Amino acid sequence: MTQNIIVIGAGMASGRALEHLFDAGADVNVTLFNAEPRGNYNRIMLSPVLAGDKTYEEIVTHDAEWYEANGVTCRFGERVASVDRAAKTVTAENGDVLPYDKLIFGTGSNPFMIPLPGHDLDGVIAYRDLEDTELMMAMGPQNKVVVIGGGLLGLEAAAGMAARGVDVTVVHIMGHLMERQLDEAAGYLLRKALVDKGITVLCQANSKEILGHDGKVRALLLDDGTELPCDLLVMAVGIRPNVALAAEAGLAVGKGIHVDDQMVTSDESILAVGECVEHNGAIFGLVAPLYDQAKVAAQTILGEEAAFVQKELSTKLKVTGCDLFSAGDFADAEGREDIVFRDPGRGVYRRLVIEDNVVVGTVMYGDTADSGWFFGLIRDKTDIAEMRDTVIFGPAYQGGAPVDPLAAVAALPRDAEICGCNGICKGTIVDAIEGGAGDLTAVRAVTKASGSCGTCTGLVEQVLAVTLGDDFVLPGAQPICGCTDMTHEDVRRMIKSQELKSMDAVWQECAWKTRDGCHVCRPALNYYLIADWPLEYLDDPQSRFINERKHANIQKDGTFSVVPRMWGGITTPDELRAIADAADKYDVPTVKVTGGQRIDLLGVKGEDLPSIWADLNDAGMVSGHAYSKGLRTVKTCVGTDHCRFGTQDSTGLGIKLEKALWGSWTPHKLKLGVSGCPRNCAEATCKDIGVVCVDSGFQVGIGGAAGMDVREVERLIDVETEEETIVVIKAMTQLYRENAKYLDRIYKWMNKVGLDWIRERIADPAERDALAARFDLSQTVYQKDPWAEHAQKKAAIYRPVANLTLEAAE
Amino acid sequence: MTDWIDIAALDDIPQRGARVVKTRQGCVAVFRTAADEVFALDNTCPHKQGPLAEGIVHGSAVTCPLHNWVISLETGLVQGNDEGQVATYPARVEGGRILLDTTFLQARTAA
Ligand SMILES: Cc1cc2nc3c(=O)[nH]c(=O)nc-3n(C[C@H](O)[C@H](O)[C@H](O)COP(=O)(O)OP(=O)(O)OC[C@H]3O[C@@H](n4cnc5c(N)ncnc54)[C@H](O)[C@@H]3O)c2cc1C
Ligand code: SF4
Ligand code: FES
Repeated sequence: MTQNIIVIGAGMASGRALEHLFDAGADVNVTLFNAEPRGNYNRIMLSPVLAGDKTYEEIVTHDAEWYEANGVTCRFGERVASVDRAAKTVTAENGDVLPYDKLIFGTGSNPFMIPLPGHDLDGVIAYRDLEDTELMMAMGPQNKVVVIGGGLLGLEAAAGMAARGVDVTVVHIMGHLMERQLDEAAGYLLRKALVDKGITVLCQANSKEILGHDGKVRALLLDDGTELPCDLLVMAVGIRPNVALAAEAGLAVGKGIHVDDQMVTSDESILAVGECVEHNGAIFGLVAPLYDQAKVAAQTILGEEAAFVQKELSTKLKVTGCDLFSAGDFADAEGREDIVFRDPGRGVYRRLVIEDNVVVGTVMYGDTADSGWFFGLIRDKTDIAEMRDTVIFGPAYQGGAPVDPLAAVAALPRDAEICGCNGICKGTIVDAIEGGAGDLTAVRAVTKASGSCGTCTGLVEQVLAVTLGDDFVLPGAQPICGCTDMTHEDVRRMIKSQELKSMDAVWQECAWKTRDGCHVCRPALNYYLIADWPLEYLDDPQSRFINERKHANIQKDGTFSVVPRMWGGITTPDELRAIADAADKYDVPTVKVTGGQRIDLLGVKGEDLPSIWADLNDAGMVSGHAYSKGLRTVKTCVGTDHCRFGTQDSTGLGIKLEKALWGSWTPHKLKLGVSGCPRNCAEATCKDIGVVCVDSGFQVGIGGAAGMDVREVERLIDVETEEETIVVIKAMTQLYRENAKYLDRIYKWMNKVGLDWIRERIADPAERDALAARFDLSQTVYQKDPWAEHAQKKAAIYRPVANLTLEAAE
Repeated sequence: MTDWIDIAALDDIPQRGARVVKTRQGCVAVFRTAADEVFALDNTCPHKQGPLAEGIVHGSAVTCPLHNWVISLETGLVQGNDEGQVATYPARVEGGRILLDTTFLQARTAA
């Protein structure tokens, strides 16, 4: 029988619980309330949103289509006002009364606001949700902000705003930052790193009063009399489980809502998950255990046996540029000893806390590469008596029988968290690798692991090594070229995360070794900048290969070939006449039909290019981009118009596709084909993107090639309508534009990220539409005919800058 | 003896770009670097006569558009593992104008 489930709070924990329920095919009817006016999103990614590395859309975990597909009734922006356990109903704010069979509390936490005088002034906020984040994002270099609280959250807020140029002061009451995760020495190093980022840090500073003006915050007053002026004051001093509603309903509540190992509260029809929960005296503030709880809760509802077990936790700081790790317990206590290692020159600090020859805690700063190994020692309670002298140096220094540094990673359980920023655990990464993601880039693309702050890159590589065994080649990190040590992927990430919008900025920030790059990196950078910042970046012709700079193919004798566009392969007698006339007029020695059904005029002199284009333009033709790393042609068959087998108008679709996609720049050339039936006369199955029309709709395949490699496409998705086909192909093209390495054709890129990953992106309607929208945006800038532009405005550059033949004759 | 002649404005050539000057003995490529230095070289790659003026200019070198040989604009020498040299001619900038030395240009067929 269908169970009626009501969920209070669309947070990270409840979202995960619903996923488990639906994945298991549970027969449930879900109503989801959320006080925030939106659905589930990845709250921990608010920091990258604040820092400008991500947009809100990118951190949404469940979108409207997902809710609809799973039949979830969404009541976002609506608070649950009360619960009547006897009647088994909840009452919404507007008075609606809804019955439930099972109720799930996922109400999270409330940020704690210190009740200082002035805490209710305008401009005093917490750091918890998108609204808070947006207020912080509105700050710029002209603003001053004070953050109270030097813990993880406060520092992320401070670093995020500092990255936007905001003048930020962190006020912390304790003697050093993050005192719950770090010892004094590591806290000192962290403080130094933050100060280097331009953040002012005041420790042992006691806030006394928040001063306002016209109801709005003006400054923070410390008890030593210091006044810190500010336009915004962020309080990030802690959270309290949000239990008011549960307590009113009469559930057993301590610090949080009491639950048993099955996540059931004191009422057997009511479960609770997430930060609002108290389990065996513990409350929770990190995602990893919440995800475990979510799974258990789903299993409980499904009637399966499951029990939530608390595990050892570790912390990594996400603030970019601060490599920091802590795990276990590192407080001083009787019977505990420390082993400390410092290398002030490199800013490296490591401390192990040992009790009875077992490591119980660790704090690392500056070099956290071995953190997985140390965490393993803690988790497994390894006896370190034998390696006591060298344990601090890490796995590489364990003499005798050499300790395999990978053994620790191999021993990690599947649910060990590897990437803190994104909450990705080892199992997810292993699955991705087994699904075909064969290197770091691919794992990053498929799972997002190590894609945010990157501190776990080393760990992810170790997981790769362990999973792939002999197949693993440690990325000899192929740099783009001799001008840099960075890979294409590294540079792409830098361009995005640091918002590098000019070639100079890339050279500067990525420490290029040459003055202005070379013929290998410059075209790649020019492409990446265009793809990522279509509106802001100005195309640099001098960083393009001659074919693209002069919009024609250079031939071996220095002449060029010219190919006008013929939409979908269709032409007219008038166009043919114009082409013939142009061939005569400019002494074109060879006229050839290309493999993509277009006409190629070969052997045109460089000086003549602007005039031959002008003539072809006059006849209504535009550049065919036969020279570009961009959309070349859409090859078509005759389809329903004439063919007795045609199921759809393949020519018409080819024309529409070519009109939608022409002019776009892509990592490599892009060729499309559309066939009207499986007889496939347009050879659509060996194109980068191919469409085969069938009775029921359109089969879209990708990754075909018929060049140096010959490959058949793999089926990406089947869709019913022409409109959908076009959106899918736009989205597909944009995904390729945003992710592939320059000069990788789709099939090469597909081999790296895996078809499944691509398919998931394209199958997800929200992601698909967002990709297509970004494609369209770029087209507003780049869909233009370069021939017309050059023939009119730049004809001069095709001519010699001076002619001395006459002079010499004198 | 030198005989400087004004062939064009510096701005007629884009930074990191080149244009050709036609002479009776064939084309000479005039390059302008990012630092606004100018160089004049035969517009012919020693490999298979690729038109150097169409190449990508970087640092003080150009990459031939046909097969990516890299040629020093200062010496005309081919860089890296390949071998060969392109003739170079005196060139300079004065008051925003590019000057070439015609005596050298004309002497080149004789050489
Ligand atoms: C900026 C930031 C960065 C973080 N970074 C990390 C990190 O790096 N690593 C990590 O592990 N954790 C991090 N956390 C913590 C992590 O986000 C939380 O642990 C997690 O989101 C808690 O999930 P939850 O489902 O319990 O609650 P939440 O995600 O907070 O969701 C609870 C939801 O319930 C709604 N709600 C409350 N009461 C009602 C009601 N009566 N009716 C309807 N709806 C209601 C709330 O509006 C809220 O949307 C971070 C948190 C923040 C704010
Ligand atoms: S692919 Fe099918 S519809 Fe198109 S021309 Fe061939 S047989 Fe006809
Ligand atoms: S012709 Fe210049 S590299 Fe071949």
